[in-house]
Amino acid sequence: MSTLAEPLPAAPAARRPPTDWKDPAMLARVRRRYRSERIFRSVGLAALVFAVGFLGLLLVTMLQNGLGGFRQTQVKIEAVLDPTLLELGSDRSEEALESANYVAVYTRAIRDSLGSDATRVASASGWLALRERVMADPALLGQTVEIWVPVRSPIDQYAKGRIDPDIPPELSPIAPDQRAAYLRLKEEGLIRTGFNRTFLVTSDSKAPETAGIWGALVGSLMTIAVTLALAFPVGVLSAVYLEEFAPRNRWTDLIEVSINNLAAVPSIIFGLLGLAVFLNTMGLPRSAPLVGGLTLALMTLPVIVVAARAAIKAVPPSIRDAALGIGASRLQTVFEHVVPLALPGILTGTIIGVGRALGETAPLLMIGMKAFIVDAPRRITDPATALPVQIFLWSEDVDRGFVEKTSAAILVLLMVLLLINAVAIYLRNKYERKW
Amino acid sequence: MSTDTLARIASKQEAVDAPPLMTARDVHVYYGKKHALKGVSIDITRENVTAFIGPSGCGKSTFLRCFNRMNDTVDGARVTGRIELEGEDIYAPEMDVVQLRARVGMVFQKPNPFPKSIYENIAYGPRIHGLAASPQDMDEIVTTSLMRAGLWEEVKDRLQDSGTALSGGQQQRLCIARAIAVDPEVILMDEPCSALDPIATAKVEELIDELRGRYAIVIVTHNMQQAARVSQKTAFFHLGDLVEYDDTSVIFTNPKESRTRDYITGRYG
Repeated sequence: MSTLAEPLPAAPAARRPPTDWKDPAMLARVRRRYRSERIFRSVGLAALVFAVGFLGLLLVTMLQNGLGGFRQTQVKIEAVLDPTLLELGSDRSEEALESANYVAVYTRAIRDSLGSDATRVASASGWLALRERVMADPALLGQTVEIWVPVRSPIDQYAKGRIDPDIPPELSPIAPDQRAAYLRLKEEGLIRTGFNRTFLVTSDSKAPETAGIWGALVGSLMTIAVTLALAFPVGVLSAVYLEEFAPRNRWTDLIEVSINNLAAVPSIIFGLLGLAVFLNTMGLPRSAPLVGGLTLALMTLPVIVVAARAAIKAVPPSIRDAALGIGASRLQTVFEHVVPLALPGILTGTIIGVGRALGETAPLLMIGMKAFIVDAPRRITDPATALPVQIFLWSEDVDRGFVEKTSAAILVLLMVLLLINAVAIYLRNKYERKW
Repeated sequence: MSTDTLARIASKQEAVDAPPLMTARDVHVYYGKKHALKGVSIDITRENVTAFIGPSGCGKSTFLRCFNRMNDTVDGARVTGRIELEGEDIYAPEMDVVQLRARVGMVFQKPNPFPKSIYENIAYGPRIHGLAASPQDMDEIVTTSLMRAGLWEEVKDRLQDSGTALSGGQQQRLCIARAIAVDPEVILMDEPCSALDPIATAKVEELIDELRGRYAIVIVTHNMQQAARVSQKTAFFHLGDLVEYDDTSVIFTNPKESRTRDYITGRYG
């Protein structure tokens, strides 16, 4: 007799009547099922419309307010680049050219070529354009050049139609004589409104018409580069070790919980940590992309570790078996088979982390990256600011010119984020094709 | 298929007397507190294909994975007893597990080619073990391995295609070719045909027959006809015990144990 297993118990005798699939109660259940599905679909669709609507609203508002920031009203002056007035000796070195007295030449150029009433139309910082021109081509010294310089911010706003011409003079941001001078110059064809190159190539300034995003953009990119250089390798290696090599015990459980918690810590706390550790204890330079990057790396690290662990876990175990089965060592198995297959997931997680870091303001405020800095940083130890901080700083200013700049800077930040996401998607697809 | 047919097929299998290549003595395996394998001893020869049969959970796959120490990768698994490959204790501390797994290759239940090209699938093993002296040498290894696995004619024009683009049966033969490429002494097959259709299964079985003598082959199978068709030695496992181990012809015609007879005649349960 069978010694392998016990026989199954006999099934109970059928006492229930056969199911009636046309029973009214049954039909009602079917109708209810369809109805709940319809309701779920419409609610889901409504949620989607709601979300997309908000995004659209955000974008439209930003475009409305910010697109003007990419256009600038300029006035044409004729400047005599007199070396004596520029207080240039025989020295033509870059430093000498950079520190020459352009303000004097600029002031005289306005008065002589536009008339004395125009001094309140042309920007007070318009001499920067002169300096840029001379530095690019020192042979112009001694000659007379025609150059377009920005007008003052209120005039710019007026020219773009953002100031109602009919409001009473005492409420208007431009004085009547200022307006008259502008209208006269416009009449003479010396005014134009065109693409605002200044915004993209200069850094912060007290005057909105010469304020630009370049310094903040460079600061942001340097910061992110430091973040990525630190957080990506450390994060991926930690994830690989935890997932593939570490024993499963109470300590690794504790580490796992801590990492998950760390991913949820408010960013300002990381800012304080950066302030305490990198600035106060280690004495690294204040306001520098290096410190900003280190701080953001602390913040990004747990995000990368969590994402990378999930991606590594998702690699089918059969691949590990296959590699181990023909005698690959564990290290070879992990780095030649598991990690390449997990790479798309790891990259996605990294991009999410970096995208968050790029938009992060609070920790950067804590380590002093909110200073007023008029030059783009050249090294990661130079003082700098970052895009979101620049947006924050400008948003505090009530000048209409800065309101416009704030939205324009937001558009630039969104563009950078879009670009980074595009790169991420490209990389992910590239590596996914291997499957 | 009736028991008689099974017996008829099995009776054609003639086991050859040969010195053992691998020996297992009193092997126990524990997964945590679970005693999965209870004191199994067996000899594996190059000349005979050995089949492990038995109901699910009987420990046959567990035992198979002892021969190339794949159980090492399972958390909480513990193996006692002695397994030797050509007289060397494979669980000795001085045994290098990487080399062991090259010498004792494995083919898994589900075909698991690397998501790389067909060429790269075969070349990976020889490369990490430094078996090819030159690119030409590597080409030769790849060609020979694919030929021995009976896959060459089907893939010779598309060696750069992904291994995962092949059909299931082709993938499994690719996996066999991959195991062959590192020149093993033993090939362990863990239900290699359970995910394949009958035609692909027939091809793999044919292949096993051709490889016999060159490599010692151990195959775990749920399919008793398969055991009868491809093996010369059969081991029947039940609940972690090796119930009976004998020539395939004996196991399927005249088993000594009643549990073996019940299983083979389908009176299980």
